[in-house]
Amino acid sequence: MAYIVGAYEHPTRKADGLSVLRLHADVAIGALTDAGLSLRDVDAYFCAGDAPGLGTATVAEYLGLRLTHIDATDCGGSAPIVHLSHAAQAIAAGRCKVALITLAGRPRAAGASLRLKPPDPDAPELAFELPYGPMPANLYGMVARRHMHEFGTTSEQLAWIKVAASHHAQHNPRAVLPKVVTVEDVLQSPLVADPLHKLDCCVISDGGGALVVTSAAIAKSIARPKVRLIGAGEAPKHGMGGQVDLTWSAARWSGASAFAQAGVTPADIQYASLYDSFTITVLMQLEDLGFCEKGQGGRFVMDGNLISGIGKLPFNTDGGGLCNNHPANRGGITKIIEAVRQLRGEAHPKVQVPNCRLALASGIGGALGSRHTAATAILERVA
Amino acid sequence: MKSAVSTAGSSARSIPAPVVLEETLAYWEAANGQRLLVKRCTVCKRVHFYPRDICPHCGGVDTVWEAVSGSGILYSYCVMGHGPDAHIMALVTLDEGVTMMSNIVGCEAKALRIGMRLRVVFVSGAGKPNRDGSPAQVQLVPMFTPMA
Repeated sequence: MAYIVGAYEHPTRKADGLSVLRLHADVAIGALTDAGLSLRDVDAYFCAGDAPGLGTATVAEYLGLRLTHIDATDCGGSAPIVHLSHAAQAIAAGRCKVALITLAGRPRAAGASLRLKPPDPDAPELAFELPYGPMPANLYGMVARRHMHEFGTTSEQLAWIKVAASHHAQHNPRAVLPKVVTVEDVLQSPLVADPLHKLDCCVISDGGGALVVTSAAIAKSIARPKVRLIGAGEAPKHGMGGQVDLTWSAARWSGASAFAQAGVTPADIQYASLYDSFTITVLMQLEDLGFCEKGQGGRFVMDGNLISGIGKLPFNTDGGGLCNNHPANRGGITKIIEAVRQLRGEAHPKVQVPNCRLALASGIGGALGSRHTAATAILERVA
Repeated sequence: MKSAVSTAGSSARSIPAPVVLEETLAYWEAANGQRLLVKRCTVCKRVHFYPRDICPHCGGVDTVWEAVSGSGILYSYCVMGHGPDAHIMALVTLDEGVTMMSNIVGCEAKALRIGMRLRVVFVSGAGKPNRDGSPAQVQLVPMFTPMA
């Protein structure tokens, strides 16, 4: 079992004057400092497509890393959760001892909108999609519309997810949207991709985060609370040859793998970091990970059920991508970082889950309306 | 196949040219002739979408083109913008059992209902630019409109 011994989130939300590589370097050093380790200790490095240039080689060159193991798996925003699992496997296999994972970017300073990556002419499916103008918002909008049709889910219910995130963000001085909002505020915000409102969407922000993962033996010598990965899963879901079903996500598969490996159930989870590119993304994961029955997500999130100290399942207590930070348009690393804060007892006191010992981090990379990769990690605080 | 006319739907949005690979050339040529094609596997006999050489259901490598009726139902949709300029992203389930991404045209967003009957229309989009720099040819792109 591997341990997360270092975690760091970049304080910036608009990185004027900082390059993408400098952001990766900043978070790498931040996480290593958190662990009491140095760049010289790192022998494995993990990054996704947000790293510039040649990825692992470019970052290794900048930081002067000497590596025996690399992994540049890119599946969009869920990649850091996959990296965490792969790091644990590489450590268990004896391929490395100290793994560094970074994610960083500056879409806000660069003035980029939340668009999909430029089309890849070699991706055959895109010819059947790009003429129709797919964007994250309308792809997720179709998921929300279908959920409403099948299960009676309402815009008010989706709004509760933003409301809960905003209740947490008010305690985060770095949050892009620190103001508490109401269901009415969400419903009165412009319809950007009907049925999704502006406040159903995540923020666009700069920054990033990093993790340091190591073996039990090395973790023992590090004077930080012990956070252990006890279960992980990853799975893509796609158009399935035209047998499209938008009512469920690959989190059904990645979650089942993670829970089986960890030997725990959704009812055991005290805190959940759920990918929140849009409110509907959260609702889908709640159902697919088994926190409620399929179709019951709308009822589950109402009345503050996701608010720490009020509801049954505290989620995204940093404010999440919906209110705090969605660096590089990828929310995976911040999901793990806030879960680590909760397990260490280092979340903001107003949102800290008492004696938090079991947490989950879930990511959805890509788009639920077309194709995506889900990743799930279950983390345990060890005494 | 139902009558399909390129004038039934127009789009305020400029429609980018599809990247046409060898594998799907026949699909786009048929679209220019206002015919909608899917692929059927000769091994498992199932239809799939998007069309490809290798069947995603069974891995069979012998797939053949097949014209479809062009009618189907609205699986889901999402509206961006307002009024006649609204851009309606949709997933349409063809009567032959496969669901494809498309746009809904010639219909007010307010009139849309999941499950409503649709028929294909072909809308002019940008074509592949010619190598000599001469103006690109138009590519007709399948979209859908409510059945009368």
